[in-house]
Amino acid sequence: MAQGIFSNFMANLKAGKFTFTGELEPEKTTDLAGTLKTATFLKDYVVACNVTDNPQSFGYISSLAASYIVQRETGMETIYQLTCRDRNRLALLADLLGAGALGIKNVLALTGDHTTLGDTPQSKPVFDLDSTQLIRMTRKMVDEGTDLNGKAIEHPPKFHVGGGANPNAKPLEPELMKIGKKVAAGAEFFQTQVVFDIETVKRFLDEVRGFNVPTLIGTFPLKSYGVADYFDKTVPGVKVPGELLKALAEAKDIQDKQKRRDRYNEINLDYFVGFVKEIKKTTSAAGCHIMSVGYEEIVPSLVEAVK
Amino acid sequence: MIITEQKPFEEIQRMLKPFEKVFIIGCGTCGTVCQTAGEDQVKEMAEKLKDKVVTGTVVVESPCDARVLRRDTRKFKKEIEEADALLCLACGAGVQDIVDHMDKVAVPGLDTKFLGKIERIGMFYERCRACGECVLFDTGGICPIVRCPKSMLNGPCGGMFDGKCEVGHYERDCAWALIYDRLKHLGMMDLFKEYKAPRDNSKLQAQLREIVWVKEAKA
Repeated sequence: MAQGIFSNFMANLKAGKFTFTGELEPEKTTDLAGTLKTATFLKDYVVACNVTDNPQSFGYISSLAASYIVQRETGMETIYQLTCRDRNRLALLADLLGAGALGIKNVLALTGDHTTLGDTPQSKPVFDLDSTQLIRMTRKMVDEGTDLNGKAIEHPPKFHVGGGANPNAKPLEPELMKIGKKVAAGAEFFQTQVVFDIETVKRFLDEVRGFNVPTLIGTFPLKSYGVADYFDKTVPGVKVPGELLKALAEAKDIQDKQKRRDRYNEINLDYFVGFVKEIKKTTSAAGCHIMSVGYEEIVPSLVEAVK
Repeated sequence: MIITEQKPFEEIQRMLKPFEKVFIIGCGTCGTVCQTAGEDQVKEMAEKLKDKVVTGTVVVESPCDARVLRRDTRKFKKEIEEADALLCLACGAGVQDIVDHMDKVAVPGLDTKFLGKIERIGMFYERCRACGECVLFDTGGICPIVRCPKSMLNGPCGGMFDGKCEVGHYERDCAWALIYDRLKHLGMMDLFKEYKAPRDNSKLQAQLREIVWVKEAKA
């Protein structure tokens, strides 16, 4: 474990508080007004917000720049997502030092989706390090104050580094072993892929309990039937429970826009309040990572209801 | 085996456009097995170049071997001399060996695809990236450098599902799912659990790779 606690997020995890994090996904723009508005809206309900790094390999504004501006303008602590896809180890080090200088307190180290999946498939995929190696490099910078080759960093950064985890992985065993390697490399927290099924959550948390690393379960409220259907069909291993999908499908046909929206909210709260409460009550999860991009309005009611 | 494909004929025509007389060199080894540069393909190519004068053709046993190239082209000196350009049906190594030895414009007729294994003719699978630091022991004999699009060294990424890879719509096997199965089968799972440090790319990509055996000076 890193020396000391550098972030509010980690302080919450250490205190054993059931912790909510949110997600910000600034896009292909230089104007962060929308992102800042969302961050301000979420600030009272989540401890920190992830800022995505070219998600799904779509070319967006730098996650470091956005993380910094969000922290500066809103006071919301960020979890700076950093992927290995677009940078070699020199660039990763440079960005991490930059993050340290800009007051970033949490880093989520990811391998990153492959370039061919995104909007610029012609890009050269880098992947000089993998996520496990990036976690180790980050911890080396923080704990030992050196780069990968042992060269001293004059003023080492102070932040916490976490990793991704996938409870839906099939087969699950290699994923669990990889999580073990990330723990050994120094991962201080995990945020998981989206899960809808409580049994999957429980099974997964039972498996990783021994690692004793705070794990936040990825939760994805479904803004509309379209989103749910897309998820169900295109994200491998992620199945939207039949009943939830059915309820959303019925709501889709409500003509009145406001009524339809109300019904969508109702369905989501029905499902996710129970889901998150169950996680909080019966599992070892450290909290939930709510990926509500475009559907932030649900977060306050969800978080309040679970409190 | 070095796996090659013939370039589209239009592209070959474009490169040959300024030249009237062409000599064609094929490959008797990999190019013959891939059916891109053997006797049949060289003959076919000569017939297709109707608007050119083909001064001659030869299938060199292995154009990438300087000694063999010299040996097999020796008796075609005149035909080669006559030609304005050499159409080389060979991999990139072969073409450059030809360039080293013949002061003629070389036109590559093949695209070099990869180092692969041949399941049977027409089924070629990339299996080696010639990365310079073989990791196959640690990975149960399955190469993650070449068979994982992210060259992951410490296990599968989040893009693995049902043992398949996110790249290419979950049709291709995830290398790390294969490695996991293989190491399990071999009872060598400890190798999976071992942390693999970042690779030393200074040995791999940036420098021109050469292996030169230097005989010890006689005492």
